[in-house]
Amino acid sequence: MNNALKEHINQALQKGVRLDGRKLDEWRPMTIETGTISTAEGSAHIKCGEMDVVVGVKIDVGKPYPDRPDSGTLMVSAELRPMSNPRYELGPPSIESIEASRVIDRGIRESEAIDEKSLCIKKGEQVWMVNVDVCPLNHDGNLIDLGGLAGIIALKEARLPKLVDGQADFHVHTKTGLKLSCLPIPVTVVKIGDNFLIDPTFDEMSVADARLTVTSVEDGKLCSMQKGGEQPLSIDDIDKMVTLAVKTAKGLRKYIK
Amino acid sequence: MAYKKRHDGRKPAETRKIIAKAGVIPKADGSGYFKIGDTEAYAAVYGPHEFHPRNKHDPKRGTLRCTYNMMPFSGQGNRVRPGPSRRSKEISLVMENALRPVTDLSDCPNAVVDVFIELPQTDAGSRCAAISAASIAMADAGIKMRDMVAAVAVGMVDGLPVVDLDYEEEAWKTGDVADIPVAMIPSTGEITLLQMDGHASTAELKKALEQAKPAFQQIAEAQRAAIKARYAEAAKKVKE
Repeated sequence: MNNALKEHINQALQKGVRLDGRKLDEWRPMTIETGTISTAEGSAHIKCGEMDVVVGVKIDVGKPYPDRPDSGTLMVSAELRPMSNPRYELGPPSIESIEASRVIDRGIRESEAIDEKSLCIKKGEQVWMVNVDVCPLNHDGNLIDLGGLAGIIALKEARLPKLVDGQADFHVHTKTGLKLSCLPIPVTVVKIGDNFLIDPTFDEMSVADARLTVTSVEDGKLCSMQKGGEQPLSIDDIDKMVTLAVKTAKGLRKYIK
Repeated sequence: MAYKKRHDGRKPAETRKIIAKAGVIPKADGSGYFKIGDTEAYAAVYGPHEFHPRNKHDPKRGTLRCTYNMMPFSGQGNRVRPGPSRRSKEISLVMENALRPVTDLSDCPNAVVDVFIELPQTDAGSRCAAISAASIAMADAGIKMRDMVAAVAVGMVDGLPVVDLDYEEEAWKTGDVADIPVAMIPSTGEITLLQMDGHASTAELKKALEQAKPAFQQIAEAQRAAIKARYAEAAKKVKE
């Protein structure tokens, strides 16, 4: 960890400001484009401050798992490609990217937004396999929240490819979308010193003492959580962080059309 | 039945719509964006920086290393599995060969210049778009170069010589197809990438290459405009 950077961020926070001039509970300016990727079944491109992330949904036809013959599959993958930040190197998926993938994945899975049984084409033989891939182009923090938000928007936009003789024809899309019963949104709150921040930049993320990602649905109910970072959290901390995360998620819903 | 009119109404020597930008990835030392039709490439340059492992060091000059990667949802068919494949490794290699002739890395021996290329969507011609984007990114990063390499696919579709094949032409079902990705140094006309898949006669190859000359100039112009726009913007910021 960069101690000088940490001290610098901490000093600013004591005055109630962040290095980019934001308030502690302020989100960066954000734009979202949908349907930008012609080869994906659904896509969303989010720019939030300097964070720039593309999410695509690919829906293939495949064989179901033997233990769940009438269920399709949903998988989220995040890749921290070396293009997006000088800190990332080539090689097998880093633990950071695996954690981000799994936290986004659990948020969608545990909210039961997608009924995997509705993805069954022919029991035991063919099901739809839904893949959500999160690809940052320029990584400036808060990957889980922005990947999760873009993921749910891309899933909402996605249209199934046409099925021709048991094969997907990716050049023809049907009007059938994926039925989402709710919209789970992950929000990460980081703790630096005694301060709680949302939408952390890469630098803020790198000096955080602890973080808590809380995924919530429309009525404010929680569906998954993940604590990260080395420092412990008190019950009082958790209470504050969850409240802030749920409130922030409500504000982000306006971006989902 | 021969292919007389292109399926999307283009003239034989006409490329798809081109968009070129520089400085699209703030974290990188230099970056470029090149879109031709629905084929889209981002390139980011990091370096020159330290090169691991040491046994690959070149004591005479820096090493140029390209990494071509298709995003999992960028293919025309099923999801592309993440991670390096035989195909992506070969394309990375031919990209390095296409870019090295214009690059002078004698100032940074033992170091490496990394060029990462990511494709969010493809509709054929991805290695050419990748090379065109990489050239912009390297120029943006201030790598010493004598020109920017321009690349486009040429080919024959059922007897018709064409420029910038899309997926439908590349996969043309009712006649022979030759797909020939080409990269050119626009100021000298030298060719730095040449591959071919399919069937064509020597005369057809010559005709296809000859016909593509204006397309290379058009791409080179778009690349130069991207770099100029980037520096005009930077100059404006300095004045403010």
